[in-house]
Amino acid sequence: MAADIVSTDPILATGRTGRLSPVNRRRWDNFKANRRGFWSFWIFLVLFGLSLCAEFIANDKPILVSYKGELLVPALVQYPEEKFLGDMGFLAITDYGSAEISDEIKANGWMIWPPIRYSYQTANSNIPHSAPTKPFWLMDKAERCSGYPQGENDPGCTLGNLNWLGTDDQARDVAARMIYGFRISVLFGLCLTIASAIVGVTAGAVQGYFGGWTDLLLQRFIEIWSSMPVLYILLIIAAILPPGFFILLGIMLLFSWVGFVGIVRAEFLRARNFEYVRAARALGVNNRTIMFRHLLPNAMVATLTFLPFILSGSITTLTSLDFLGFGMPPGSASLGELISQGKSNLQAPWLGLTAFVVMSVMLSLLIFIGEAARDAFDPRKTFR
Amino acid sequence: MTDTLLSVRNLSVAFHQGGKTTTAVDGVSFDIKRGEVVALVGESGSGKSVSANSILKLLPYPSASHPSGEILFNGKDLMTASDADLRQVRGNDITMIFQEPMTSLNPLHSIERQIAEILDLHQGITGAAARARVLELLNQVGIREPEKRLAAYPHELSGGQRQRVMIAMALANRPELLIADEPTTALDVTVQAQILALLKTLKDEHGMSMLFITHDLGIVRKIADRVCVMTKGKIVETGPTAEIFANPQHAYTRHLLASEPKGVPPVSDTSKPVVMQAEDMKVWFPIKAGFLRKVVDHVKAVDGIDLTLRAGQTLGVVGESGSGKTTLGLALTRLISSKGRVSFIGNDIAGYSFKQMRPLRNRMQIVFQDPFGSLSPRMAVSDIIAEGLKVHEPSLSEKERDARVAASLEEVGLDAATRWRYPHEFSGGQRQRIAIARAMVLKPQFVMLDEPTSALDMSVQAQVVDLLRDLQAKHSLAYLFISHDLKVVRALANDMIVMRLGKVVEQGPSERIFTAPQEDYTKALMAAAFNMEAVDVPAVRQ
Repeated sequence: MAADIVSTDPILATGRTGRLSPVNRRRWDNFKANRRGFWSFWIFLVLFGLSLCAEFIANDKPILVSYKGELLVPALVQYPEEKFLGDMGFLAITDYGSAEISDEIKANGWMIWPPIRYSYQTANSNIPHSAPTKPFWLMDKAERCSGYPQGENDPGCTLGNLNWLGTDDQARDVAARMIYGFRISVLFGLCLTIASAIVGVTAGAVQGYFGGWTDLLLQRFIEIWSSMPVLYILLIIAAILPPGFFILLGIMLLFSWVGFVGIVRAEFLRARNFEYVRAARALGVNNRTIMFRHLLPNAMVATLTFLPFILSGSITTLTSLDFLGFGMPPGSASLGELISQGKSNLQAPWLGLTAFVVMSVMLSLLIFIGEAARDAFDPRKTFR
Repeated sequence: MTDTLLSVRNLSVAFHQGGKTTTAVDGVSFDIKRGEVVALVGESGSGKSVSANSILKLLPYPSASHPSGEILFNGKDLMTASDADLRQVRGNDITMIFQEPMTSLNPLHSIERQIAEILDLHQGITGAAARARVLELLNQVGIREPEKRLAAYPHELSGGQRQRVMIAMALANRPELLIADEPTTALDVTVQAQILALLKTLKDEHGMSMLFITHDLGIVRKIADRVCVMTKGKIVETGPTAEIFANPQHAYTRHLLASEPKGVPPVSDTSKPVVMQAEDMKVWFPIKAGFLRKVVDHVKAVDGIDLTLRAGQTLGVVGESGSGKTTLGLALTRLISSKGRVSFIGNDIAGYSFKQMRPLRNRMQIVFQDPFGSLSPRMAVSDIIAEGLKVHEPSLSEKERDARVAASLEEVGLDAATRWRYPHEFSGGQRQRIAIARAMVLKPQFVMLDEPTSALDMSVQAQVVDLLRDLQAKHSLAYLFISHDLKVVRALANDMIVMRLGKVVEQGPSERIFTAPQEDYTKALMAAAFNMEAVDVPAVRQ
C-alpha cells in the first residue's frame, strides 16, 4: 500500500497557497497567448479607466483652485459665485471660464484646468462661425480665435478652450461628448450584461437543476416571452415612462436575460447527473449549495465566454435607441445622438466620423477580447 | 507460415503540449508472425494503446510525433509511407476494433451501409454482391437472423451485437492483421466470453494474425500465443504465454500476476445488529405513451427484493449491466424513490423526504465507480472531504475540521500533506482513496460501494480491496458491494445476491454460491468470469 502514497512535496506541503487553481492558470496562459485579445483587453481597460475619470479630462470647471490660501476642488464640489465675487456674484454655479472669475482667481492664487475645458453639456460661446464648427486644426489662427473679443491676442484663445474635434449643432464640444458618451455606453453595457447574467443564470439554473414541470413551464414561458416584438414594446414604454438610465436598463433587462437561459440550462441538465453531484447529494448537501458550489462553476465557463459578446450587443442596442431618439434624455452625452447629428449635418463630417471611429474601436476591442476569452476557456484548444 | 508479418523496431512516441514533451512510448520492439496472436499487456498509461495506434498512424499528429522507430508490414515501412498508401493498408490489410462499440459505429447509418462502405472503398463491391457479402459476414460473426438486422441502427443492437458488427467490419476485406484494442472491456462477462470465442474461431478460419491489447491477464491466458508486458512506455518482458505465466522473469510481470484480489471476506454472524433491511423493494419506472401520456407499462428496474445487512458484514450484489443492481443501491440510500419497506438502524425510512433523511445521511455513505467523475475537478481535496462535515457537524471549528480531514486521508493511506491539491494531480487509485476518505470522515455505519474497483488497474484494485476490508474490520462497517466482477466479490462479500432484470436469481452465502451455484444463469456467469468460457444456455441469451 505504501507505494501508492503520494510523496511529500515541500512546497505543496506548506499549506494552501494563494495560487490560481491549475485550470484557471492554464486559461490565463491561453488568454495571454492570444496577443491580439490580450492587448485589446489592456487597451480597453485603460480607455475605460480614463473615461471613468472624465471629470478630470474634460470639464468646464478647473481640477484644482488655490484661492486666498484655500484649496478648492471645483470638479467635485460646487461653489457659488459668491465665494469669489462676494455680493457681486449671483450665479449658483460658478462659470470659471468667464473673464471676471478667472481674473479674480489669478489675482489671489492659481488654478489647474483639465486638458479639455468643456463638459459634455457646455456650449462654447466663442465659436468663430455658426455651429457646428470645424475642429480647430482645420482653421488658421485668425479664424479659430475670431469668436473671442480680442481676436488672436485674446488670453482665452488657448489650446484647452479650442474644440479639438469641433462642435455639434448646439456648439457643444465633440471631444468632451465623445469621452462621456463612451463612458455611459460601456457602463450601460456592463450593468445590463451583469444584471441579465444574474437573472438569466438563475432562471437557467433552476430549470436545469429541477427539470420536470418547472423546466417545461418556464421553457414555454420563455418561448412566448422571447417572441414579443421587443423594439415596439421599447418604443411604447419609452413613450409612457420618462427616459433615463435606469428606466432604459430595466426595460432592456426584461428581454435580454433570455439569452443566457439556454446555455446555463443545458449545462445544469448535463452536470446534475455527474457523480460528484450525486455524491454531494448523498452527503446530505442541500440543493442551493449543490447548485452554487458544484454546478455553477460548470455553467460559468459557457456564460463567461458569452459575456463580451452580450456586452457589445447591449452597447449597440443603446446606441441605436439613442439614434432613433428613444434613448437617454435630451442633452445627455450619447454616441447614438452624435451619429444622428452626423446624419442631419452632412456638411460637418467630423460628427459622424468621430462617432464611427469610437463605436468601431470600442466594439472591435470587445470582440477581440471575447474571442480570446472563448479560446482560453476551450479545453481542446492548444497553443504553441 | 512462420515468416514475420509485422515487425515494430525501436518505436517511440512523444506528445507535445503546452511547451512540454512527454514520451509515451520509448523504444518498443516486437514481431508478429503470420497466424499468431500477440498480446500487449499493461496497466493504464503504459503506452499499449498508443503503440497499437501508431501502427496505422492514427495518433493526433502533429501534437504526437515519432522520434525513432520503423514499422515493417510485409517488409514495407509504414512509418514513411504516404497518406494514400496508408489508406490502402487501413481497413484492408490491417484493421482495428476498439473498446467502445457504441462510439465506434456511426449512429446515423444502418449497419448494412457501414459494412458495405468498407467493401466499396477497398474492393469496389456494390449492390447485390455487397449485400450478399454483408450477410455472409454477419452470419460469420454470429448475428442471428442477419436479414432482419441489415436495416438496424447501432442503438437498436445490444453491446455484444455492436461489437460483433465491428468485428464484421474489421473482417470485411479479409485482413492479414487484426488489432483489437481492449475489445471486451466494455462488455459483460458472459458477452465477453462469447466475443473471445468468436475471435478465436475467426482467427483460425481466416489464418490472420492478431494484436490483442488488454489489461486483463485472464483474457491473455485464454487467447494469446505470445505476450509482451508493457509498463511506462517500455516492453519489459516478451515470451510465449505459457512460459510467462509459469515463470515470469521481470519484477513487474510478477507484480502483475500477483495482483489478483485476494483475502477472505468477513464471517457471517447473525448475532450482529441489523443495519439495513428491505422487504419487497420495487423500483418501477413508468413508460408513457400516446397523446395524453398515459402510463402503459413499467420498466421494472428492481422488482421485489428482500435483503438484510448486518454490521461488519458485506452483501455483494452481482449482475450484468441493466440488471438493476445500481438502482437497488440508490433506492436503499434513498436517492431515488421506491415501494416496499426499508429500515435503517431502526428507522423506517421508506417514506422519508430529503429533509427528513438529512440527519441520517452521515450514517450512510456512497463510493462511486468512476474516481474521475466523482470528485469535483474545481475543489481542492480538503474541501471535497470537508463538505460532508460542514453539513453534518457545522459546530466544528476550522482547525478541528482540518484535523478530521487529515486523519481520514491518513486512514486511507494517503499523505495528509496532499490535501491542498486538486483531484487531477492524483492517479485513479489515489482518487478512489480520496472518495473513500470522503465517505469515512463522517464515520458511517453503512457504505454503498457501487463498482468501486471497476475503473482501476488490477494491482490498484487489489490494494483498494485490502483497504476496504481493513476499514470494515476497524469500524465494523456494513457494506453493500455492487459489482459485476466476481473475483472482487469473492474477496469481499460473505453474502450475495445474483440479480437479473430486476429480480433475484440466487441469494445466499457467497461461499455456497461460488462453490455450488444452483441456477443455470449463475453457472454461466461463473464460467464466463473465471474461465472465460461461453456457455450457450438460454438463460444467458438476450
